[in-house]
Amino acid sequence: MARTTTERKAIRSLVWLLVIIVALIAANGASVLFNNGQWTPKLALDLEGGTQITLAPQIASGEQVTQEQLDQAVAIIRQRVDAGGVSEAEINTQGGQNIVVSIPGEPDAATLQRIQSSAKLEFRAVLIADAASNSTIGAEGDTVDPTVDPTAPPTAEPTASPAPSVSPTDASDLAWITPDLQSSFDSFDCASLDVVGANVAPVDVPLVTCEQDSTVKYILGPVEVAGERIADARSGLISSSTGVTSNEWGVFIEFDADGTQQFRTVTERLVSLVGVQNQFAIVLDGRVISAPRTISAITDGRPQISGNFTEESAKALADQLKFGALPIGFEVQSSETISATLGVSQLQSGIIAGIIGLILVGFYAFFQYRALGGVVVVSLSIAALITYLIITYLSNQQGFRLSLAGVAGLVISIGVVADSFIVYFERIRDELRDGRNVDGAVEAGWKRAFRTILISDVINLIAAVVLFVLAVGNVRGFAFTLGIVTVVDLVVVAMFTHPLMQLLARTSFFGGGHRWSGLDPQALGAVYRGRAQFRAPVGVASTKVATSSREAQRRQTIAERKAAEASGERKEQR
Amino acid sequence: MSRLTQFGNDLYTGTRSFNFVGRRRLWYSIGAVFIILAIGLTALRGGFVFGIEFRGGSEFRVQGTTAVEGGTAAATAIAIDAVDSVVSGSSPRVSIVGGDSVRVQTEQLTPAETDEVRAALADAYAVSVSDVSTSFIGATWGADITRQAIIALVVFLVLASLVMAIYFRTWKMAAAAIIALFHDLIVTTGLYGVLGLEITPAAVIGFLTILGYSLYDTVVVFDKVRENTSEDGAESRRTFAQSVNLAVNQTLVRSINTSVVAVLPTASILFIGSLLLGAGTLRDIALALFIGTIVGTYSSIFLAAPLYVHLRENEPEVKKQGSRTRVARAESGAVR
Repeated sequence: MARTTTERKAIRSLVWLLVIIVALIAANGASVLFNNGQWTPKLALDLEGGTQITLAPQIASGEQVTQEQLDQAVAIIRQRVDAGGVSEAEINTQGGQNIVVSIPGEPDAATLQRIQSSAKLEFRAVLIADAASNSTIGAEGDTVDPTVDPTAPPTAEPTASPAPSVSPTDASDLAWITPDLQSSFDSFDCASLDVVGANVAPVDVPLVTCEQDSTVKYILGPVEVAGERIADARSGLISSSTGVTSNEWGVFIEFDADGTQQFRTVTERLVSLVGVQNQFAIVLDGRVISAPRTISAITDGRPQISGNFTEESAKALADQLKFGALPIGFEVQSSETISATLGVSQLQSGIIAGIIGLILVGFYAFFQYRALGGVVVVSLSIAALITYLIITYLSNQQGFRLSLAGVAGLVISIGVVADSFIVYFERIRDELRDGRNVDGAVEAGWKRAFRTILISDVINLIAAVVLFVLAVGNVRGFAFTLGIVTVVDLVVVAMFTHPLMQLLARTSFFGGGHRWSGLDPQALGAVYRGRAQFRAPVGVASTKVATSSREAQRRQTIAERKAAEASGERKEQR
Repeated sequence: MSRLTQFGNDLYTGTRSFNFVGRRRLWYSIGAVFIILAIGLTALRGGFVFGIEFRGGSEFRVQGTTAVEGGTAAATAIAIDAVDSVVSGSSPRVSIVGGDSVRVQTEQLTPAETDEVRAALADAYAVSVSDVSTSFIGATWGADITRQAIIALVVFLVLASLVMAIYFRTWKMAAAAIIALFHDLIVTTGLYGVLGLEITPAAVIGFLTILGYSLYDTVVVFDKVRENTSEDGAESRRTFAQSVNLAVNQTLVRSINTSVVAVLPTASILFIGSLLLGAGTLRDIALALFIGTIVGTYSSIFLAAPLYVHLRENEPEVKKQGSRTRVARAESGAVR
């Protein structure tokens, strides 16, 4: 039977909603138990304070940082911080040379690394490799003869001091190695890389450096492909040539058109070389991340980088590469706790005002919709509960932080969420006015109302997604909140309010249109009053009645008209 | 039941009807006056006042003070008083940094003012002037955030217009909704310009919220318009304008209820928050939201719907609907 099917469906969707709520509570509980989570959302910088990190540029004395470099660095650091989660960091310049990053909470070493490291990526050909310690790894490098590849185009002449006696013809040419360079290589201590902030060499001269675990040291040729050529980067698990996914994390790079061409030229040349010269080194901030062998030429411009990454470090590097290298390196000058600029009192009065507002909304709903006001209040409470759980969960998992503007946004979202119920109830009432019974009005009203709710929420969702993807800084936090509230609105109205109405329509109180139910057809001026009881329309102006009766006259069938005429004639005869 | 229910019944049947569409010249004029006032008065007052988050400013750092031990709120109040004694009316951002120093950020000060504030701070915190360092700070809401936000907004408006045009099957509804949206945005931001309220990042978030709400509200009203006008054939008894007007009247109770429900919490933040706290970020956002919600609801009814009729009434198909109705009316005049 249709009736029981509807009821069963309604109950099923209420049960599903309960499952969602329980799952959210469980997810929160899990992050509290296992991930140092908490049951309340974390607060943003303006409400809770955090850490203020002052970054000083690493420049030689006498050099000056330009405003343009600083602005560029601020923009890149902001993108990197944003990519780590929705934390609404505050980043600005100070005194014309420092950058101050204020982030909520305590930053860990990884976050600091993510912010300060320049992330200058270079691809250089390996000229010589030698074990940094007394082990024999890569020792064969010393004995390799210079090999000249006639097809490769000659690169720029080195301009810096260790000038080679013979002009090298390409970046793999061992003629790059001057006696000076050889001696500095021989005496090179990998430990010095940790002391010096960044081991920087101009792009057109060789570089002496080490593998990041300090096991191998290298002489590398000039830069062949620069990090600026990277169009996109992402992290993921590396899969082997047979397509089997390994457990090793890596960074996948996609070059732009120029980079693809350059990389192709390099790998085509290297593949024909033997020994260490077959290897190319991926250099990050002057340190070799990895130096893979060139097995085949890479023509599609999509190399992958492996090298002892964890999931986190792979993601951090991918984010850094994606947003570009900082124009200058920075070092942390100071890292201090900072108190909230607004303070808890603002939050408290915001919450108090919000609660008072909610109570007022409750009163208004009861005044307007009688018992249905209860449905509004319960639905709003369910929406509030789900929103709270989602925000708390994301604050634990994604680093989402609630700012005062976010709290205000949540308070106004009460209006948007409640609007769904109002639109729904008004449509039900319209259907009642048209003479449907409560049962039918709930179904017909829902069909119409859901369309409206769906399209208006889709517009809001577009706003949330576009702003979240494209905008940076505080705007992202707003977009995040808007998106959550919109989805919760859809879920609650479809999975709670409507099923509840379906069930309530079957009770005698609501279904019978009780005076206090908010669905009283009589008060709504309906012509049909349920269970085949008709009554004269009430509350309609006399002119309207006159128009209607004339309309009725016009619509009479011929038989009716004749009958009426006959009765009229009879009256006259009397 | 409440009188609003009876009111709703009358609006639904058409017994009572407000002529939103017919008197559109009046509503357009009111809208135009508001926009001109918003832009004109803001320009006269010297443009918007942007907070230090946008412009950068001066930063003072008081080192090694014991005042912090008395609690954050007390230590913060000292700085605000000290800065106010030199530059009245400025609202400095004060934070405690690292446990024993105070960071005070103000708008950009002249060298003379900087020296005075420095002396005042040293005096207030009982430290020597050399313990108060000063520097210039750049904007935390830099040009890059603004640029990205504007790009995102443009993309959103284009996408939203497309979705509306596809859903409503006419670009004219999208156009009317976007025009109403700009009206709301100009009037709400204009309020900040006219009153000289400082535009902070929080206020900008408030404007974005209004932008979302305004479009949302217009879409809800337009969906009812779509429903009513799509049921009209060429045989309809109503002209297109009358159909739209009836739709707006029929959703009027919804519009009133929704705006009351949206305004109640913001009003309570605005008034209770102001009473408890005086001026503050919360009051600023609440003001933007309070005005924005009212203007947003108003514009959906008084601007968006009439604009839509205006855009469509010259279409041959729509015109036909109107003329047939008029002929039908004339014929039935005898019965009336």
